[in-house]
Amino acid sequence: MTVVEEPTTADAPQKEIGKARRRKEDARLITGRTTWTDNMVLPGMLHIAVVRSPVAHAKITEVDVSAAQQAPNVIAVFTGQDFKEEQGSIPCAWPVTPDMVNPGHPSVAVDEVNHVGEAVAVIVARSKTAAQDAVELVDVDYDLLPPVLDMEQAVAQDAHLCHDHIESNESFNFVFDAGDAGTGANTDQAFADADVVVSRRFVQQRLIPAFMEPRSVVVQPQGDNYTLWSSTQVPHILRLMLAMVTGTPEHKLRVIAPDVGGGFGGKLQVTPEEVITLLVARRLGKPVKWTETRSESLMSAHHGRDQIQYIDIAADREGNIKGLRCRILADMGAYLRLVSPGVPILGAFMYVGIYKFPAYRFECRGIFTNKVPTDAYRGAGRPEATFAVERIMDELAVELGMDPLELRRKNWINAEEFPFTTAAGLEYDSGDYEAATQQALQLLGYDELREEQRQRRESNDPVQLGIGFSTFTEMCGLAPSRVLGSLSYGAGGWENASIRMLPTGKVEVVTGSTPHGQGHETAWSQLVADQLGVPFEDVEVLHGDTSISPRGLDTYGSRSLVVGGAAVMKAAEKVVAKARRVAAHLLEASEDDLEFAGGSFSVRGTPGTGVSIQEIALATFAAHNWPDGMEPSIDAEATFDPVNFSYPHGTHICAMEVDTETGLVKIRKYASVDDVGVIVNPLIVEGQVHGGLAQGIAQALYEEAVYDADGNLTTGTFVDYLVPSAADLPHFDTGNTVHAAPGNPIGAKGVGEAGCIASTPAVVNAALDAVRHLGVSDILMPLTPERVWRAIHQGGDGGDRATAGTIAWGGASTETTTGVSTDESSLGGDR
Amino acid sequence: MTQISVRVDGASYSDDVEPRTLLVHYLREQLGKVGTVVGCDTSNCGACTVHLDGEAVKSCTVFAVQADGSEVTTIEGIASNGTLHPMQKAFHEMHGLQCGFCTPGMIMASIDLVNDNPDPTEDEVREGIEGNLCRCTGYQNIVRAVQQAAAEMSGRSSDTLGVRS
Repeated sequence: MTVVEEPTTADAPQKEIGKARRRKEDARLITGRTTWTDNMVLPGMLHIAVVRSPVAHAKITEVDVSAAQQAPNVIAVFTGQDFKEEQGSIPCAWPVTPDMVNPGHPSVAVDEVNHVGEAVAVIVARSKTAAQDAVELVDVDYDLLPPVLDMEQAVAQDAHLCHDHIESNESFNFVFDAGDAGTGANTDQAFADADVVVSRRFVQQRLIPAFMEPRSVVVQPQGDNYTLWSSTQVPHILRLMLAMVTGTPEHKLRVIAPDVGGGFGGKLQVTPEEVITLLVARRLGKPVKWTETRSESLMSAHHGRDQIQYIDIAADREGNIKGLRCRILADMGAYLRLVSPGVPILGAFMYVGIYKFPAYRFECRGIFTNKVPTDAYRGAGRPEATFAVERIMDELAVELGMDPLELRRKNWINAEEFPFTTAAGLEYDSGDYEAATQQALQLLGYDELREEQRQRRESNDPVQLGIGFSTFTEMCGLAPSRVLGSLSYGAGGWENASIRMLPTGKVEVVTGSTPHGQGHETAWSQLVADQLGVPFEDVEVLHGDTSISPRGLDTYGSRSLVVGGAAVMKAAEKVVAKARRVAAHLLEASEDDLEFAGGSFSVRGTPGTGVSIQEIALATFAAHNWPDGMEPSIDAEATFDPVNFSYPHGTHICAMEVDTETGLVKIRKYASVDDVGVIVNPLIVEGQVHGGLAQGIAQALYEEAVYDADGNLTTGTFVDYLVPSAADLPHFDTGNTVHAAPGNPIGAKGVGEAGCIASTPAVVNAALDAVRHLGVSDILMPLTPERVWRAIHQGGDGGDRATAGTIAWGGASTETTTGVSTDESSLGGDR
Repeated sequence: MTQISVRVDGASYSDDVEPRTLLVHYLREQLGKVGTVVGCDTSNCGACTVHLDGEAVKSCTVFAVQADGSEVTTIEGIASNGTLHPMQKAFHEMHGLQCGFCTPGMIMASIDLVNDNPDPTEDEVREGIEGNLCRCTGYQNIVRAVQQAAAEMSGRSSDTLGVRS
């Protein structure tokens, strides 16, 4: 054993946490040396193409596969009848109420189809092209049923049914009432006593996650074992669920998520195609691959958002808020997928935002329609909640004649009030809303832009300027297992990590949190480098394979660093504790006399003595000179379960130009200041904020999944579904304040969803601020030039157009019902 | 089947292809050049961008037979002797990628952009890569990367980075 010089302070390695480390992941991604699932080629591999329903709602009367079976190079064709005994139902892990209705979700439709794009047959062929060619040869007879497409019509009396074997189109009715829960005052009383009530109907249009890598699944059977590669966010959840759905024993199933090209919640799923590919491989005993086309992805992978929100806010004339009442219709689509019902319920606790509402009531009805199921999409419930509260605060400010920021300031939680328990019952951990707001105002150049706005108004400039705020918070770090249990979620929210000290002193970190672009390999290396005092380069992060990383709950809900990173820290602590005992033995000292710094143990007050943790790793491997009664290992595993969520917050301000002659909106400037707690890697944090902003702005301005009157998705390609390009987005001016999260050892709060949650209302508020003096009080998202022009020149919210009546927002035009809140008005009675 | 001869990343290939085979499928499935990926089926996303005789093309809009006799360069062929191309280096330095799926196409399109315009403004970069979609980054760091690489590719100092807008 070599005894090394104790490093002097000057030579001590610089802290990794906080350093803008360039990513380890990049090396393979910028050179094309990646392992996307679709890259996989195995000997004898067969290829799947899926025959999909061209109709939204029908009974299947006959499926004739004979021509397809005889097509060249086709090995097999399967229908729902073939699989009905073994395919089970796509699982829903979140029964949000005890009486929630789940109609069941076959992977391949058996006797009815409930949305365009639903699988009705499966072609298996020697090549992908042969399989696709044979799709055309399958002849399905459909007995058409009326499609249910509009949520408000779906809940009306005598509505057509989406599923004729259940009684209505309602899956659940979830209620949270702060008065009943003891976290707030009586809501009805608060509204009855209020000077002012403002009611609005907001529409969260249907969105598509649109990850860049199309989904792909490969299954390799080996005896009675199956290895499944999937472009998934959730290999661990997928393994468990596939075992339960298909009856393949869990220990016979290995799931691998190799490089995964984005997810945004869209790959937080157990998909029909994953079930299908496994069943085909099991039947045929051959390796099988399915890779979707983009059109298939847009029409069959789950969608997001799609809610109608009826929001009432009560206040006094001085602008003190008194109550908030939210009634939500949430479109589940045709079936319940993994967390479909849970998405709006995640929002249930965030509608109060950063404000001290004394009273709060939330009701959400989950509604079936003949469309693709909805499920998680970046933010999942929290963008909807944030939009509603940030928009209604602006509407209240207008009603009261107050500055929107002044109204917010008057009602938000002050820095000295943390921890603060809201009317929704959540205990917000830390922050300073005023500090973030001040910084954002400076970044924006607020005073100059307000002055320019005034000048443009005065000169009646055809291009008007508006400024919109979003002062938001979100709950991240999903999640405390006990809280999930109280919400009837089917799993916990812990995360697992282990650290393996290799003989050469290199370190393998195993994480259960599976990345798909977030940079875990880099950030986790930084954590471990600091904790163990080893070089950043000496750490390798392993993930995404249930055989290598056997325990985990994967990546979503801004949980990875907050929960998964915390598990890594805990595992590192254990490694150091074990190594300390070995060091004491080797240095012939008491453990209590040792200090650990810069990766070395040394006897306090005895410079020059010391042994590094990397040397201890070799000594452990040899185990020649070893403390009595100790296992020869310093490896460690840890599972971290948070006791509370973490609460990132921030202030986003958008300055928007609106061309009143053409309806074109253009973001003039966008400034955001986010408090995501302690920052491990500022480069990655900034990147996450940028990407979130792009998606949140895209909801406000560009994206919408549109169905026509027959239930056809008319935005089924990237020609029609407008994922923004570089030319469509502005430069972002971003900043941070830092208030450490007290609930985890890193102090991080989570950053993955912040930009997406905060930005949408800031953008819409900005556009409205530009044209409100022209009589516009709402514009439906996305703010297309047509809608903006119509809202300015024809009144209403600009939403009336060719597809009216076929999508969630119908043709309804929101009118002000200020001061009046009847059942009818708060249910959108202005329709 | 039609026989084609094509040079890809400096090696010569001769193959029989179906006339309907797209260049991207030929690259991925017959040559194993899986660094080039398919992101859509309408030529909107640009993930499959390669260089055909030095010009960026979306390889899903080119039939393999159209590449007969041509020189194709993919993301796998732009580093030389283990040294990254300046554009690859800049994407890494500027954090111009997250999931990395759009990155091969984005890098190939950006190299072509800088070949045409050695000193692009921020707006010129944004316009120049609008045929390539990225869902992760919000593009800001991609723009920075392209400008940094442009400076390096034309031998300019990178001190002026970010001042042109």
